[in-house]
Amino acid sequence: MKRILALCCVALFASQSMPAQARGGVDLPPVNNDLYGKECGSCHFAYQPALLPSASWQKIIGSLNNHFGDNASLSAPDTAAILKYATENAAEKAGTPRASKIASSVSGAAPARITEVPYIVRKHRELSPGAFKNNKDVKSFSNCKACHTRAAEGFYDEGEVKIPGNKNWEND
Amino acid sequence: MLTRRSLRFASAMLVASAALTIHVPAQAGAVEDLLSQYKSLGVTAFDAEAAKRQWTTESKDPESGEMRSCSKCHTDNLRQTGKHATTGKLIDPLSPAAKPDRLTDVKQIEKWFRRNCTWVLNRECTPQEKGNFLLFIKSQ
Repeated sequence: MKRILALCCVALFASQSMPAQARGGVDLPPVNNDLYGKECGSCHFAYQPALLPSASWQKIIGSLNNHFGDNASLSAPDTAAILKYATENAAEKAGTPRASKIASSVSGAAPARITEVPYIVRKHRELSPGAFKNNKDVKSFSNCKACHTRAAEGFYDEGEVKIPGNKNWEND
Repeated sequence: MLTRRSLRFASAMLVASAALTIHVPAQAGAVEDLLSQYKSLGVTAFDAEAAKRQWTTESKDPESGEMRSCSKCHTDNLRQTGKHATTGKLIDPLSPAAKPDRLTDVKQIEKWFRRNCTWVLNRECTPQEKGNFLLFIKSQ
C-alpha cells in the first residue's frame, strides 16, 4: 500500500513538472486523414480543421475551383470526403482549449480565411505587417509553419515561435 | 504426391512469381495509358522538344496581369526542387529520375494538368500538349 502511494506521488510530481505539451496536450489536433493531408497540403501547409468553424470549411471546400485565386478543384467524391473530415473536426468540435477559443471568437460568423479569425488576429496583434509580407522567409500571414515551429504537429505556443530574420518584428 | 521436394519447388515458384509481380514498374503503365488515350483522340506524334519550349514560355493571366509559365514553379531544371509561386511551398522535382513515383498515377497526372494548364494558359492543355509534356518530363 505504502509503495503504491509513493509511486503515485512520484508520478503526480513528475507530471506537474513537465511542460503542458509533453503531457499530450496539443493546441489543435494534428491532421490525421491521408486524403486531406495530401490534397490540402499539396500547395500550402495542411491547415488543421480546428483552425476554422465548420461554416467556414463549407464555404472554402464548396468553392475549390476558385480557391483564393487558384483552381484547387477535386473530384466530387474527394471533395465530399475532405468536407466531411474538415467539418467533423472543425473548431467547435475539436475539443481542445485553443480550438474552443477560436470557435467562440467567431461568434457564429464564418470567416473566409484562417487569418481573419478574431482570436488569431488578436494573438498576432503585437507583430508589424513586415514580419510577414516583407519577410522573404515568411511571405504571408497564412504561412503558419514559417514561424510556428511545430505547427504541423498541432502546437502553436508562443514559446516555440521563431520568426526568421534578425529584425525586431514587434509594433512599438 | 506431396513430397518435400515438390513442396520446395512449389514454394520457390510462389516466391518467384511474387517477386515478378512486385518488380513490374507502374511508371510505364500510366504514361502509356495516357498516350494511347491521346492517340485515340487524333494525335499522331508527340514532340518533347515542343514541350521543352512551351515549358518556359510565359502567358499573361487576364485577371492579375501576372506572367506565368510552368517554369515559374517547377523551374527549368526538372531535377531541382521547385517552389509554389504564391505560397512558397517547396515542390518535389518532377523528373522521375529524381522522384520515382512521378508519372505513375493517371488520376494525379490528369488533376495537375487540369489545374496547372488552367493557371498558365487559362485553358486546358490539348491532348497533343499533354502528350508532349509527358514525354518531356519522362526524359528529364
